[in-house]
Amino acid sequence: MMMQSYQDISTPKQPGNGFDPELIRASFPILKVMVHGKKLVYLDNAATTQKPDSVINTLDDYYRSFNSNIHRGVHFLSERATEAYEGVREKARQYINAASTKEIIFLRGTTEGINLVAGSYGRSNVGQGDEILITGLEHHSNIVPWQMLCNQSGAVLKVAPIDNEGEVILGEFERLIGPKTRIVAIAHVSNALGTVNPVKKMIAMAHAHGVPVLIDGAQAVPHFRVDVRDLNCDFYAFSAHKMYGPTGIGVLYGKQGILEAMPPYQGGGDMIRSVTFEKTLFNDLPHKFEAGTPNIADTIGFGATFDFLNDLDWNAVAHYEHELLAYATQMIGAIPGLRIVGTARDKAGVLSFVMDDVHPHDIGTILDQEGIAVRTGHHCAQPVMQRFGIPATVRASFALYNTRAEIDALARGINRVKEVFH
Amino acid sequence: MSELRSLYQEIILEHNKKPRNFGKMAGANRTLEGYNPLCGDHYTLYLKIEDDKIIDIAFEGAGCAISKASASVMTTLVKGKTREEAQKMFETFHKLVTGELTDVSFESLGKLAAFAGVSEFPARVKCASLAWHTMNSALDAKTEAVSTE
Repeated sequence: MMMQSYQDISTPKQPGNGFDPELIRASFPILKVMVHGKKLVYLDNAATTQKPDSVINTLDDYYRSFNSNIHRGVHFLSERATEAYEGVREKARQYINAASTKEIIFLRGTTEGINLVAGSYGRSNVGQGDEILITGLEHHSNIVPWQMLCNQSGAVLKVAPIDNEGEVILGEFERLIGPKTRIVAIAHVSNALGTVNPVKKMIAMAHAHGVPVLIDGAQAVPHFRVDVRDLNCDFYAFSAHKMYGPTGIGVLYGKQGILEAMPPYQGGGDMIRSVTFEKTLFNDLPHKFEAGTPNIADTIGFGATFDFLNDLDWNAVAHYEHELLAYATQMIGAIPGLRIVGTARDKAGVLSFVMDDVHPHDIGTILDQEGIAVRTGHHCAQPVMQRFGIPATVRASFALYNTRAEIDALARGINRVKEVFH
Repeated sequence: MSELRSLYQEIILEHNKKPRNFGKMAGANRTLEGYNPLCGDHYTLYLKIEDDKIIDIAFEGAGCAISKASASVMTTLVKGKTREEAQKMFETFHKLVTGELTDVSFESLGKLAAFAGVSEFPARVKCASLAWHTMNSALDAKTEAVSTE
């Protein structure tokens, strides 16, 4: 995933089944939509990705032919829905190479996964004067739950700084892990800058001090394959909707031993073994952390997402996306008066930029008129904006269905901005 | 492109480039911050009010072209006006950018008419009205920073 100059990357196709972006585009119906009379150019994939036909059809089929509650019915539909739902847990396990389906907790998404760890593991293991370590490039969802935990427990939040390129300063990160550190929480890929953190190395640094590590994988899983056992992370959280799946469903992976020692996060149905008014016995993993009727439909849709992802030749996809980002960096970065924010050596999927004398919000509105969807603002990462001394950026973020032609359209759109603001 | 021109009128682009009454003001007796958390527009408004009249007004800060031009045009329009006149202007402006103004000819709106296009861009209404909301709160002697959220 190393960034190279564009000239270096016109290498021949990687071996494997290959990857045809036009074929992929045909399976995403929304890409045919017209916006303000122009062809949609969807470059807001870090916010949410579009969904292929197979995922949309699976959701439709679930509601039309086997909608039912799970884990309790003895009737046909309930058994079919339960089987489908639990089948997705196995698909998720395989996809990230977890050791057991007991380690796969379904919840709303990355944010809820981090809140679960802060609320359950954090409250049991973090006390007055303890420390929690994050980095300077985190999304608010990997800052605020830890701040809330600090407020409740009297612990202190430590932040490993980033440099001018948007890379975590590893020496500082390592120095901040100490005898009081109780947990480390880091993004795999920065949503605002695109930086890919060397998380395997960072996890090893924390483990050398006996400190567990949570990885916010929301922006990583759409761009490359993740193996939680190879990383040796203790927790890994990600969301379906950023990897071509439905909204409202995600996974928290946790090592079985750690999850077993953690108290439940929410109480309710499905997470219990028996209830009397005197005492409740909790259910086993993973159900202990899945109180109430879960998001059955979107979980089953998530299953179709894993099938879609498993059909891809990931060497070819990674190569294609890498080349696309390098092309965008060269094309957009060459526009006079424009500055790219986030120039880490290893990046995935994100091109953030600012322009002289034109506010990102104005750029976003003008691009929208050209049919180009980008995100403008602080990207739920205000500390990152403060670090670079800017209120906001324009963020173009890419998925496997984006093309060079769309990046050319973005470049033309930016020239349109310059015309308006001459 | 025609919709875009209706948003980015010459007056707006010109006030964005050269905002009037821009900078910190000495002798202000009301100072209030306005903040749009979604996009980071952030201004401080300075007012000198005597006998219920806006003797002087200035602003500083940063934000998008719509918010900055709106603040700039506002300062030129309300300077010398009474509190009542300024608040009436705020109401007119608010109706204009939310598309509720139908029975007024554009000529009578003067410079405000440049902001009529904002109503076609719902995401930008907050930008256009930030400075106006801030002024309205300052006139009511409120001291808490104005947030559009």
